[in-house]
Amino acid sequence: MLKLLLIGIKDLKLMFRDRAALTFMLLAPFLLTIGMGFVTGRFSGRSTGLSDIPVIIVNLDKADLGNALEDLFHSDDLTDLVEPTASSDPEAARQLIDDDQASAAIIIPEGFTQSIIPAEGTMFDSNSVQPDPVQIEVYTNPSRPTGAGIIKAIVDEFVSRVEEGRTSGMTSLSQMMASGLLNPQDAQAEASNQFQNVDQTESTAITLKTNTEGSQAVEFDLLAYFAPGMALMFLMYTVSYGGRSILAERSEGTLPRLMISPTHNAQVLGGKVLGIFFMGVAQVGILILASTMFFQVKWGDALGIVVLILAAVFGATGWGMLITAFARTPSQVASTGSAVMLIFGILGGSFISLERFPPFMQTISKITPNAWGLDGFTTLALGGTLRNLTEPITALLIMGAGLFVIAVFLFNRNGLVQK
Amino acid sequence: MPNILEVQNLAKNYGDFTAVKGISFDIKEGEIFSLLGPNGAGKTTTISMLSTLYTPTSGDATIGGHSITKDPMAVKQVIGVVPQDIALYEDLTARENLVFWGQMYGLSGKSLNSRVDEVLEQIGLTDKAKNRVKTYSGGMKRRVNIGVGLLHKPRLLFMDEPTVGIDPQSRRAILDTVKDLNKQGMTLLYTTHYMEEAEELSDRVGIIDHGELIALGTQAELTKQVGQTDTLILRLGESDDPETLAGALKGLKGVQHAEVSDGSVAIVTPSAEEILAAVVSKANERGIKIRTMEIREPNLEAVFLHLTGRALRD
Repeated sequence: MLKLLLIGIKDLKLMFRDRAALTFMLLAPFLLTIGMGFVTGRFSGRSTGLSDIPVIIVNLDKADLGNALEDLFHSDDLTDLVEPTASSDPEAARQLIDDDQASAAIIIPEGFTQSIIPAEGTMFDSNSVQPDPVQIEVYTNPSRPTGAGIIKAIVDEFVSRVEEGRTSGMTSLSQMMASGLLNPQDAQAEASNQFQNVDQTESTAITLKTNTEGSQAVEFDLLAYFAPGMALMFLMYTVSYGGRSILAERSEGTLPRLMISPTHNAQVLGGKVLGIFFMGVAQVGILILASTMFFQVKWGDALGIVVLILAAVFGATGWGMLITAFARTPSQVASTGSAVMLIFGILGGSFISLERFPPFMQTISKITPNAWGLDGFTTLALGGTLRNLTEPITALLIMGAGLFVIAVFLFNRNGLVQK
Repeated sequence: MPNILEVQNLAKNYGDFTAVKGISFDIKEGEIFSLLGPNGAGKTTTISMLSTLYTPTSGDATIGGHSITKDPMAVKQVIGVVPQDIALYEDLTARENLVFWGQMYGLSGKSLNSRVDEVLEQIGLTDKAKNRVKTYSGGMKRRVNIGVGLLHKPRLLFMDEPTVGIDPQSRRAILDTVKDLNKQGMTLLYTTHYMEEAEELSDRVGIIDHGELIALGTQAELTKQVGQTDTLILRLGESDDPETLAGALKGLKGVQHAEVSDGSVAIVTPSAEEILAAVVSKANERGIKIRTMEIREPNLEAVFLHLTGRALRD
């Protein structure tokens, strides 16, 4: 066990003396995190991540539902998340968005309420003509995709709940009338009452969706997504760098020398794996510390973070070992490792949220430690604790152990050194 | 003296290729034994099997009474290995390298530190111990490479061509170190393709070629095998072809072998003085200009030439 540790510590020491590797492991993800911060408006001063998203509301409806939507954006639940401004001119609102003054403009057209709630006396009149549905327009700012996406999601949620309420209300009223429980003359009053409930009760139910139990409106820092995203992507570089060191030691003669010393082969391989693990933990740990110190990123539950880092690095180490076991030369590991880093980075959600992926891509992403790791980090940043990480941690541990077993099998088959 | 190493029919195959063909020899405690042979003769493969890195295809060896196939961990405690290629961590300092490798051999604490100091003194790098190995010259790296093999005071030290590719001064220092270690009681198995090194260092020499041990004994015993012979070395003008002259001399009376070695013509003969005139005449006939001549007494080079028909460095 001591020799295992000594080999691992030696590899960690060598990593910290390799300036080129350090640049790639620490500086590159750090700079990319800063870049993502700028892209998402985290450092621009116009917005601080997912709070105070500037939105312009143009309410031309001036009726129940239009007012309800406007009230929703001024509600206590969304007060930290959005910063609404009222306007009466749709063109002026669109111009402000084009000028990058806000994330989105919501234009509620005249007659919106009426297109949902028919005028009094016309609801059950087969002779009356129902107006065409009127669409709410969400004019989004492409340079602020995240903020715009949030606004659009809130409006979609509102519209869908209004539509849901309208459909269920109409169905229940029709059934009540058919069964004689409701007189046709009372139906209009009952319908109006139900639609009032639609815009009032449902609106307060809209909150930012979180993965945690007991969902409540929480402030989510985008860097708490992008910083681990970048760290996890470059973690794949680190584990392949560690794996490469196994083959480099083989070609440089230090691996045979280790195996000539009174050290079991399992200790040598175990020590090398431990070295890769140490490197990964050091890299992710440093990046998280740096993000906390320089960007005040709120990562969430400390214990959860520590356990998640260990599990994510374990899962990634399994991939590093597998890549190494398949390669014949250090340069093969380097090139394969870089490709895997980029593929897993994209597939695992380091650049684009996995929720934007089609379902089959989301399923494929589960082979990456990035996806599981990001799932865990997002959960923690949204207020979750270690208890909420059972699924990602279990998946990462199974991934690491499974890949390690395959890698050891391949190493044994091919021989750690030529025999 | 008892044998510290006994090799019995040790062989190593790689598919159809046989790298080592069932060699047998032993080494007595306290002696320097050289395994002399050209590149590719099987020296490193033999060392790799004896140091338990490679598993023999057949045969076995005992070191300090332990079988290399049945009890490799016990063997590893007895031996030290200085590999042919420098096997160090270049981003660590010499001291850090020695400390790490000492730990791999079970040293720790004060005994490790004092042993590292001793070895640094022994290899003459105390002053530069805190410099990273990558800043060292080739000769200095070779010395650290040797130092690692000495850390745990092995009873038997394998040195695999430790002087390849270094300057004459560093080479001299390494040869002196080998002699000093032997004087301190260490047994050495030294492989080389330099005949001069084997002659200078060895109590006994094994000559290996194409995986076979073709001769074994003291230097005197080996040279006796070729009888009272001289080696006549002819160095020719730059434009002259040594192969042409060697071919012409092969049939000459008194010439046992005539081969090209290092661009010169090497002739094995019972008496160099008696064939000198005929050799010069043959050269003149073919318009070949002999630049210098050298007569060498019987040596290991002559033995190798006698046994294989080839020069050692071919």
